[in-house]
Amino acid sequence: MIRIEPRAQTPRAFAVGIPVLSAIVALALAAIPLIFAGANPIVAYGEMFKGVFGSLFAFSEMLTRATPLMFTGLAAALAFRAKLWNIGAEGQLYLGAMAAVAIGSGVLDISGVVLLPLIIVCGAAAGAVGMAAPTYLKVRFGADEVVTTLLLNFIILIFLQMMLEGPLQDPMSLGWPQSAPVLDQGMLPPLMERMRVHSGLILALVLAGVAQFMLARSVWGFKLRAVGENVAAARHAGINVKRSLFGVAVISGGLAGLAGVSEVAGLKGYLTADLSPGFGYTGIVVAMLAGLSPVGVVVAALFIASVFVGADSMSRAMGVSSFLADLVVSMSLLCVLIGGFLAKYRIIRSNKAGATS
Amino acid sequence: MTGLANGPAPFPMTDSTVLKLTGLSKRFGSVVANDDVSLTLKKGEVLALLGENGAGKTTLMNMLFGHYLPDAGSVDVADEEGTLRALPLGHPQAALGAGVGMVHQHFTLAENLNALDNITLGSEPLFALKRDRAAARRKIEGIIERSGLNAPLNVPVGRLTVGERQRVEILKALYRDARILVLDEPTAVLTPQEADTLFENIQAMTQDGLSVIFISHKLREVLAFSDRIAVLRHGRKVGEMATSEADETSIARMMVGADTPKVARAELAPGKPVMQLAGISVAGRSKRDTLKDVDLTVNAHEILGVAGISGNGQGGLARVISGLVHPSAGRISIDDRPIAKLSPAAMVKAGIGRIPEDRHHEGIVGSMSVAENMVIERLDDPEVQRFGLLRHDEIRSHSEELAQEYDVRGPGVTASARLLSGGNIQKLILARVFERAPRLILANQPTRGLDMGAAAEVGRRLLEARERGAGVVLISEDLDEILGLADRIVVIRDGTLIEAATHDRETIGLMMAGETE
Ligand SMILES: Nc1ncnc2c1ncn2[C@@H]1O[C@H](COP(=O)(O)OP(=O)(O)OP(=O)(O)O)[C@@H](O)[C@H]1O
Ligand SMILES: [Mg+2]
Repeated sequence: MIRIEPRAQTPRAFAVGIPVLSAIVALALAAIPLIFAGANPIVAYGEMFKGVFGSLFAFSEMLTRATPLMFTGLAAALAFRAKLWNIGAEGQLYLGAMAAVAIGSGVLDISGVVLLPLIIVCGAAAGAVGMAAPTYLKVRFGADEVVTTLLLNFIILIFLQMMLEGPLQDPMSLGWPQSAPVLDQGMLPPLMERMRVHSGLILALVLAGVAQFMLARSVWGFKLRAVGENVAAARHAGINVKRSLFGVAVISGGLAGLAGVSEVAGLKGYLTADLSPGFGYTGIVVAMLAGLSPVGVVVAALFIASVFVGADSMSRAMGVSSFLADLVVSMSLLCVLIGGFLAKYRIIRSNKAGATS
Repeated sequence: MTGLANGPAPFPMTDSTVLKLTGLSKRFGSVVANDDVSLTLKKGEVLALLGENGAGKTTLMNMLFGHYLPDAGSVDVADEEGTLRALPLGHPQAALGAGVGMVHQHFTLAENLNALDNITLGSEPLFALKRDRAAARRKIEGIIERSGLNAPLNVPVGRLTVGERQRVEILKALYRDARILVLDEPTAVLTPQEADTLFENIQAMTQDGLSVIFISHKLREVLAFSDRIAVLRHGRKVGEMATSEADETSIARMMVGADTPKVARAELAPGKPVMQLAGISVAGRSKRDTLKDVDLTVNAHEILGVAGISGNGQGGLARVISGLVHPSAGRISIDDRPIAKLSPAAMVKAGIGRIPEDRHHEGIVGSMSVAENMVIERLDDPEVQRFGLLRHDEIRSHSEELAQEYDVRGPGVTASARLLSGGNIQKLILARVFERAPRLILANQPTRGLDMGAAAEVGRRLLEARERGAGVVLISEDLDEILGLADRIVVIRDGTLIEAATHDRETIGLMMAGETE
């Protein structure tokens, strides 16, 4: 018989052990469909590895892919810490991207020293508004933010299409729903010559460090943690719960908005409706894998980006569908959830006759 | 059958021994929660387990019940024939199967399910196709009839009173055919009347052969209702005696290892009003949170006792003074200055120290550290933060001092607050409140679940604050506590306050029950 029983204490090693183990288990489980697809999993994973670490270019591609995931992962991790369930990073990302092209593609032809920071600030602000609104509905009317932020994603996407066929459309695009390109001086500078990896990555890393520090060391982080862990006690102690929620909503939305800025002004140069292949949603997986730790988000984003980029090149080399990447990502999320359960409970195989039930 | 006397034991093993704990030890990191504890329990016996907060009572019972795996020691439980059999350790299902039932210090019922479902939950297969609810109901009704433990079976448990919930918890254990019942502080949240009824029911059940271990800090009920007393101190068993040979002083001495000092109470004339409530009404969701047109003045140098049967508006009064609820009418002023916008932060700022009733839920953030919980009300204080950054070292050393001064025992100030025992959580809150030398103290059930020493300490601190010039609002269901500490007593009933103008137990009791004007 197998029994489940709560643990008195969660071993420290679990915080790092669970995500790492989950990643390994997910890769191992994904080997099964690989075998069915007629591929040798060892060869396939070898190809994947090469696809990420095989060359400087491959590696830089992985970093490029990890950058938006760091932003959206941070957005989810911080909000979830306060038990504010921001499922709307995808929409906030597009709000940030729209703000970036609205400002950066020619309205203001000013020096990059001013324009680039302006694009970043406005993009973040647009994302922040995208999360502040559902948070207002939550604290004012008790509207469940899971529902509102999720639905807002679809609304924003439709709004985006409207904008891309209207005010934001590039007059030179021959009717294509695509924005005008961001001015050169408004672009985030690339980090390496002839590579796509850009300074958005640096911004993401810095923000992750700042978030980690603020969460542990600042009064702001203290309040956010207290609100997330026990809102009744936080309120009783005089912490302004609404203000804390708004604060983290603005920051979470802002980070998601920066993901959009970074993709538009760092990578693509212009905005289309397929800018993000679900970075907002994948950010949730990143945050969960990271155990909601900002520094963990960086690691988890690198892992997930590796899986995606590696799977792409493996599928090219071996003719196996690159859907494998989605499989690994979703399996690792499942494993983390199971791991989180194991951190709180232990499973005991009993063989003693004393157990009756 | 076993039962051959084996060696000298304080209580000779007879056929009637139903439970034997031998040499149980448990450490949590550096904390030795239990150290080589042995106990026996006889059929039909009621054993009271006593000890200060954090002495290890709950831990010991959790090992018996299989929630914790002991580091050393063994547990033997008699089967239906009376033969002692070793119980697999760390194994709640095995304990249940062997007839051990436990009612925890904190309720474990699902609030949205009714009592019937709560009772049967877990003892039937999760995916049974057809559940024989009629049979379950018959069985429960049979138990209710034999034991007298009355509780409505069809109402969601969330709507029951604490007394009823307590009975549902016990019914749940009995439903699983418990022959040994462990009750961890069953009366901590009950009124004295409810507690007496509970013990009468328990005594009726022991006639049927049920054996009971109960943990309590209330010596009155221990002396009245137990057969034998065992005392833990710092995780060790320091004594055991028949209740007939025990009295309050001897037990207290055994628990603390010294005599508890009597609380001295200086006569003081009341000073100027500290807090005034004028025409305060609160439309609560239930009777316990509702107040109707309440006027109340609390003076400096004065402890105002609010007596009443639980659920008569104490919750509403506490929530107003804590700043958690906006009254629908009325005004609050502190030191003659009206408080414009009520909020917990405003109250903290106005110098009101609040000791909440539900210390786990409102008092602490369990997953944050003891130190963080010590400073949670003073995050603006330059001692705690500078430029918005926490001063970890100062917070830590300051918290260590506070823990020392208020005798908060546990695994240290950097450990999660939830790892503290119930009584030590309360001491943490006391430290946090008294440290700020508040103008007014709201103490809502401040000694609930506290051991005698700690309860006396709370009394001493409240009196000290009173001497310093603070006003104190003491809400308590323990009339003795109010009679012992309060300068002035008001009775709360149906959301209204009545000045008692007396310290006469009888009269106040009648007013609480609503049998005078
Ligand atoms: N899971 C745990 N991890 C670490 N320390 C623990 C844990 N459980 C209990 N302790 C510590 O063990 C000691 C004994 O705790 P226990 O809960 O058994 O006390 P108690 O006698 O029931 O006290 P109370 O009367 O306050 O309920 C305390 O110092 C407590 O802080
Ligand atoms: Mg206890």
